[in-house]
Amino acid sequence: MANRIVIDPITRIEGHLRVEAEIKEGKVTNAYVSSTMVRGMEKIVQNRDPRDVWAFVQRTCGVCTTVHAIASIRAVEDALDIVIPPNAEIARNIITVSHAMQDHVVHFYHLHALDWVDITQVLNADPKATSELAQSISKWPNSSPGYFSDVKTRIKKFVDSGQLGIFAKGYWGHKAMKLPAEVNLMAVAHYLEALEWQKEIVKIQTILGGKNPHPHFLVGGMASAINIDEAGGLNTERLAYVGQLLKDAHKFINEVYVPDLLAIASFYKDWGAIGGSKFNNYLSYGDLPTDNYRNPASFKWPQGVILNGDLSKVHPVDLENTSEIKEFVNKSWYNYKDGNDVGLHPWEGETDINYTGPKPPYNHLDVDKEYSFVKTPRWKGKPMEVGPLSRMLIGYASGIPEYKNVVDGALNALDIPVSALLSTLGRTAARGLESKLLADWGLEFFDQLIGNIKNGDTRMANMEKWDPTTWPKEAKGVGYMEAPRGGLAHWIKIKDRKTENYQMVVPTTWNASPRDPEGQMSAYESALIGTPIEDPENPVEILRTIHSFDPCLACAVHLYDEHGKHVSQVQLDGSCSI
Amino acid sequence: MSNSSKKMKTYYESIIEKGYSRRDFIKFTTYMTAFMGFEASMIGQVTKAMETKKRIPVIWVHFQECTGCSESFIRSDHPLVADLILDNISLDYTETLMAASGHKAEEAKQESMKENYGSYILVVEGAIPIKDDGVYCTIGGRSAVDILKETAAGAAAILTFGSCSSWGGVQAAHPNPTGSVPVDAIIKDKPIIRVPGCPPIAEVMTGVVMHYATFGRLPELDSLGRPKQFYGKRVHDTCYRRPNFDAGLFAESFDSQEAKEGYCLYKLGCRGPVSYNACGSMGWNNGVSFPIKSGYPCIGCSEPDFWDNSPFTERLVNVPGMGIEATADTIGKVAVGAAVGAAVVHSLATNIAKKKELREAEECGEENEKNIKA
Repeated sequence: MANRIVIDPITRIEGHLRVEAEIKEGKVTNAYVSSTMVRGMEKIVQNRDPRDVWAFVQRTCGVCTTVHAIASIRAVEDALDIVIPPNAEIARNIITVSHAMQDHVVHFYHLHALDWVDITQVLNADPKATSELAQSISKWPNSSPGYFSDVKTRIKKFVDSGQLGIFAKGYWGHKAMKLPAEVNLMAVAHYLEALEWQKEIVKIQTILGGKNPHPHFLVGGMASAINIDEAGGLNTERLAYVGQLLKDAHKFINEVYVPDLLAIASFYKDWGAIGGSKFNNYLSYGDLPTDNYRNPASFKWPQGVILNGDLSKVHPVDLENTSEIKEFVNKSWYNYKDGNDVGLHPWEGETDINYTGPKPPYNHLDVDKEYSFVKTPRWKGKPMEVGPLSRMLIGYASGIPEYKNVVDGALNALDIPVSALLSTLGRTAARGLESKLLADWGLEFFDQLIGNIKNGDTRMANMEKWDPTTWPKEAKGVGYMEAPRGGLAHWIKIKDRKTENYQMVVPTTWNASPRDPEGQMSAYESALIGTPIEDPENPVEILRTIHSFDPCLACAVHLYDEHGKHVSQVQLDGSCSI
Repeated sequence: MSNSSKKMKTYYESIIEKGYSRRDFIKFTTYMTAFMGFEASMIGQVTKAMETKKRIPVIWVHFQECTGCSESFIRSDHPLVADLILDNISLDYTETLMAASGHKAEEAKQESMKENYGSYILVVEGAIPIKDDGVYCTIGGRSAVDILKETAAGAAAILTFGSCSSWGGVQAAHPNPTGSVPVDAIIKDKPIIRVPGCPPIAEVMTGVVMHYATFGRLPELDSLGRPKQFYGKRVHDTCYRRPNFDAGLFAESFDSQEAKEGYCLYKLGCRGPVSYNACGSMGWNNGVSFPIKSGYPCIGCSEPDFWDNSPFTERLVNVPGMGIEATADTIGKVAVGAAVGAAVVHSLATNIAKKKELREAEECGEENEKNIKA
């Protein structure tokens, strides 16, 4: 008899996620992943000015705070056939790169690390030995015995205060925690440093978009006008600020994040055989054009699909082909007009909720019926995994030298085969290795921007089609990009200068969706099967695998119930719901 | 108080343990006093407050949200968020950062609520959907509205971080599919401090927390429940491009020569004239910039119902053009007295009270433009 455990809320993510897992003989034998929150973004943007939609849909996620806005303005530009100036393309690339680096670092240290790092072990660490360890793997200057001693003292005082705050009830002392005390101390020191660094790198978005989180964007380009001789524009000082932040980021990624990642991974190599999806299909839409968004061949992140873990072939993807990407709702709380066993391409997508789950408060979802607010997307009928691992594998399989270099370098350092990447460890490692590439690319893009300005090109926006009277009566477009968590695309239909239909298929929709009509699991559920569980009361192993995807649940859920089911009378006793 | 509180360190003790001297500490409190906008005579009081206050328990709940407010919070430069959560407050529950998940996370929350009943601060991020018995946001199998009522019961005060918990936010924009409401639509018997913005500026959020941690009382609020020190002035009144508005120098198109010169963005839809926020005075991300400075019109993200006040790039029909004497209160009082909730009221009042001045200012601006073009 399997033991069903429930983890809800899954913390250290964006949004609201619930996992119900069946455990038998110390392993997960079945899993159901549910998103339990919905807001109705797609319905809210209907009938609005397409030039405004980026701001609304940007709020689907404040963690990946730039990505939905970029996908949205690209969708509108695609529909209206607007080509943006090269500087705007580069500025968007710099935003995407800086955001991905920040997001990956925050994910590693602040959202994922506490699954692997035992903060209470810091108290047993020898600062001198920690210093030797740190200096042996990196030239990062904060590495003296005194420095680590101060951090240890600070943590000790904190623990002694009796108020453990965010560290209360963690998985401390768990048998699955394998790091030596000194590695724990180093990781905790860098947890604190990373918290300070991440607030710096985002200033790139503040300069180019006015604020962070949720910088501003513009259909047609960027509004941060270049004027190297004026205080009111993107001038020499502002550009130098961007350049400095990219240099600092390069240093932090290479001297802190990547060495820590490899050091910690070397104690958890067994996770190279745990937590891979069983289907091993990987999808990337690609992004970071070095020429132009309309030329995917120029992308730093290549586009394509890998099937069944076969790295010898990369298949092409077409987001406009209505027979490739389809969304299903057979296990989700929605209705389709023509029945719930069909899949719909997003241009024909529908968004009518039909909540059939239990009335809160509840203990278990009825997983034989519908059980999530996430729809289930498929590519040619197949489940896909998206994210840094997909991008790294597609770059690797495409034979691009810089991908080969970082991937092979890490495999050698850890002494593991390439197949070990198709795992929880691989997902977490890919995020760090990708950051290494991003740090290089950020500096490249910056040099290109400076080069363009030097050559006299200061254009930042194409305003030819800003005026809606220049638009066709009807138009449709798709905008895609690679978010930190994976491929993201928005499909828009415009009619009479208004948004007629808007559909988003986001990374976590791919990864966290419920089963499809053929009973195929999506990535989260599939990856959990076989995960060893030491202690069902403290299932930190499930968190390791789920967190390795970097969940982002408000993104995954943006659907709407126009004809919402009225469940029952309002109750006011406070014990149930109102 | 329970036994565990005896072990708690005061802010003063924790800072001394970190290796600072008392002299450093006094210097710091002097800075904090200046930062909080108080007279020098209050320094002694700040110092005393920090020496004796315990780390304040904070419970941070998440409903219909994008986590953007949590993300903004961790960008705080002064205080640094690591210092804040290790030394100033005890963040006993937040789904974004806490180590524990599932029932262990719930346990941590329940223990803190019990132990600190009546003295913890409740932070709410996100709106609360009340349609269909609250099924559109459940956590641990319970509805958001249920969790809000439970956690609010023992709170000393509630901070609504962001426009969602303050006003309803993006999910409450037309047609509000899930029946989303702000906190004050449900909780009526607790002090609620609104900290709106989408998200709010990091140092505004940590500043409000520091105010309470330092002075042991809530900051002074305007009639809409917002701390005056951060929301007392319109973005328009603290905008460095304001002289261009007064001189009638406007950018008519993005990336135009006028845009490159840093002209006023009012004709491109800027909501600065109707938005109360600290963007112009404090700036974002430790003062690096704010949307207008980077060339983007303000969308008024701290204002109630700003989402339905779109298209954002369409010029406001009625914009007050008056001087910096106005606050939300003085404008609002003209028409409605002490206002109840709705900011629609205050923006309406703004428009009515200042329509004439606005017309004059616009005419003046247009006249100026003609002269420039001629």
